[in-house]
Amino acid sequence: MKTRILVAAVTLSCASFAALAATDGLEPARLLKPLAEEWTSYSGDYSGRRYSALTQINQSNVKSLTLAWVSKMTGTPVTTGGGRGAAGVAGPAGRASTLTIGGEGTGEVVVGGGVSVKGSILEVDGVLYVSAPDHAWAIDAHDGHELWHYFWKTKGGTHIGNRGLGMWNRYLYMETPDDYLVSLDARTGKERWHKEIASFAQQYFSTTAPVVVGNHVLVGTGNDLDAPGFLQSVDPETGALQWKFYAVPMNPGDPGLETWKSLDAARHGGGQMWLPGSYDPETHLYIVGTGNPTPAYTSQARGEGDNLFTCAIVAINVDTGKMAWYYQTSPHDTHDWDSAQTPVLVDGEINGNRRKLVLTASRNGYYFTLDRTTGERIVSSKFSDTVNWAQPELNRLGQPVRLPEKDYHIAGALVSSANGGATNWPPPAFSPDTGLLYVPTAETYAMYYLTETDPRGAMGLGGKEEIGLGASSSYMTAIDYKTGRIVWKHKYRTSGSARAASGVLTTAGKLLFGGDPSGNLVAFDPANGNILWHSAIGQVTNAPQTYMVDGRQYVLAAAGDTLYAFALYQ
Amino acid sequence: MAAVAALIAETALPLGAQRRDFPTRPPGDPAAIERGKALYTVNCTFCHGPDIRGGDGGPSLLRAGTVLDDQKGELIAPIVKEGRADRGMPKFSFSDDQIGDIVAFLHSFTAAGYDESRMKPPSILVGDAKAGAAYFGAKCAACHSVAGDLRGFAAKFADEKQLQQNWLMPGSGGRGAAPVKLNVPPTTVTVTLASGEKVEGVLDRMDDFVVALTQKDGTHRSFRTSGGSPAVEVHDPLQPHKDLLRVYTDKDIHDVTAYLATLK
Repeated sequence: MKTRILVAAVTLSCASFAALAATDGLEPARLLKPLAEEWTSYSGDYSGRRYSALTQINQSNVKSLTLAWVSKMTGTPVTTGGGRGAAGVAGPAGRASTLTIGGEGTGEVVVGGGVSVKGSILEVDGVLYVSAPDHAWAIDAHDGHELWHYFWKTKGGTHIGNRGLGMWNRYLYMETPDDYLVSLDARTGKERWHKEIASFAQQYFSTTAPVVVGNHVLVGTGNDLDAPGFLQSVDPETGALQWKFYAVPMNPGDPGLETWKSLDAARHGGGQMWLPGSYDPETHLYIVGTGNPTPAYTSQARGEGDNLFTCAIVAINVDTGKMAWYYQTSPHDTHDWDSAQTPVLVDGEINGNRRKLVLTASRNGYYFTLDRTTGERIVSSKFSDTVNWAQPELNRLGQPVRLPEKDYHIAGALVSSANGGATNWPPPAFSPDTGLLYVPTAETYAMYYLTETDPRGAMGLGGKEEIGLGASSSYMTAIDYKTGRIVWKHKYRTSGSARAASGVLTTAGKLLFGGDPSGNLVAFDPANGNILWHSAIGQVTNAPQTYMVDGRQYVLAAAGDTLYAFALYQ
Repeated sequence: MAAVAALIAETALPLGAQRRDFPTRPPGDPAAIERGKALYTVNCTFCHGPDIRGGDGGPSLLRAGTVLDDQKGELIAPIVKEGRADRGMPKFSFSDDQIGDIVAFLHSFTAAGYDESRMKPPSILVGDAKAGAAYFGAKCAACHSVAGDLRGFAAKFADEKQLQQNWLMPGSGGRGAAPVKLNVPPTTVTVTLASGEKVEGVLDRMDDFVVALTQKDGTHRSFRTSGGSPAVEVHDPLQPHKDLLRVYTDKDIHDVTAYLATLK
């Protein structure tokens, strides 16, 4: 034992001790645990509830919640000398942080706008793993110091955001805008391998957080041209493809083909899965939302049908990649209101019976409770007062029915919502204590003008001009999953143009956290929406998170390139 | 709306930004493109359209994965030579050089997610000006007068779309046209303190916790408002415009635009 102590002492004196010893790895079984001390996947756990069991910070003491640390993520490094390699750079307090540079690009593509953290941050064994497009960082969860930084030299692609990293044992997985999956050693930030996951020439771009389930890494992509959406599973050790699930029919005889004008239309029909789904370990079903059909607006090339399986919740068996069921939340969508929002898995009670459920509030303004073993619709309702694109009555399957005259008009059609939708990627949260789903929502209007009269229509998102009307309200909205009714709704007071609120976190401490549209991180009482605490840290750009390390609970939020961690000192 | 786009509108990027994001091909040899165009026109246009976006029975080649992934004909040539009997495409006995020319022609087109409109409607004026005048009289005339504040209103705008956007919501613009400054009074706010004192001014900033304003004499005041005190009353001159968004039919909007377009 003496030898071991000596080794530990020597290692402690090494500047990069934290980076080397920070994690022994995240064995896949730990991903099955309900959200508490650590944050192991996009939603914290597989349920998508973003409900933490932590109670150190709670309703009785939240008014004393105070800043613990601030950490600014460094942007594009200066790459003089170029090429792949590692170099020591000074961290905020002069400690050594390791920079690793990878990527297939030349380093010449300028990505404007700076770093913005718009995804989930993993917390494993006292280390935070943070991402932005082309960047990953390891940060000490105690005080925000950078341990390493990985930078990917891009070939291009849409740099709209990165939703986070996946982790399997000692390894991290990151998607890049130019369509690679990069695996990093979590201890050092050194690249292990990278694999092409989609065709950059076909204008795919990859933003989502890989989701690790057992020995699968589930990888989604995005595309705004007319290309088929797919989810693929790769081997965490090698990156080799295990299976690929397409959201649209790709071959003669595929299910759903009858809902498209032709096979060619289906094969260009979109349905991108650009946000992580949730996972039910009992049924082995990965439940994920699919994106909009393409062409998005001028839909005549798609035919009159529903365009399956776009704008749907689909359940995919992670072992086989086969679809078990689907439920379409926007049949034949014509507004780019994809249904990609992360679904929330809840074990609840419906008419006195315990049911395995999945909840989703869709970008189109409608809320759904489904049975997550069969896809059966149990409840659906409209959660926005202004949404006007569908008929007043739902159809017999509980789906909204589109009003074609609200697609667009040469002289403009007044449509709610604007393109951003009634909600969007910022994730909701569910509290089993209240039975409420908390959703950041917006009420917006835009004029949709048809600008393409070629009978063949346009491609991608083209063919129309959408001009917003600058009048918008944003809300924290609490929905009862049993009825679909809104139990409470907080309208954020704001001046000027209302911006969308951030994603949401709720805890067993009877707290609900979200960023408001005016630059405050806010804590609510989840039962009634009363505001209990706030801090003006700037526009929150991800969903607040929480973790506990060495007996202290932290609440963590990103505002652009800066992380803010709050804690109690009692 | 730019702020909304930044946070939530995942696919609503500015046009320019989107296009720069994806690979562009180096310009092809103009002579090869010309030769390829001639071959394409004779042999391919009927099915795939003169602009390669699809024609009578044949799919668009502009968005075809094979064409997008192809670099120098390595994916396209086998299809041209072998045909696709199952989809009704015949074989073509072109030489490799001829196929190279057709490929150069196909690659001279650019595919973009924000597809340019090619057949633009000439005008958005479709409404009934007389019905618009009646609607204006019923819903707008309490605040506005065509002989007063709206005299010459239509002459301010580059086109009817900009006119329509600006009467619906002043400042909402319309892309491509220089913004028009309209005489919209600022939003004001009245803060009533516990003492009963009223503080009034132009609203600078407001959220659930603080209201900030500029008083008539130019001085800045701000107040903590959490807990419902002091009372805050906002006077937004555009509130009727916002409320009417829930009321209009599209026909109402088109009619009012047709009417206002006559105010030159």
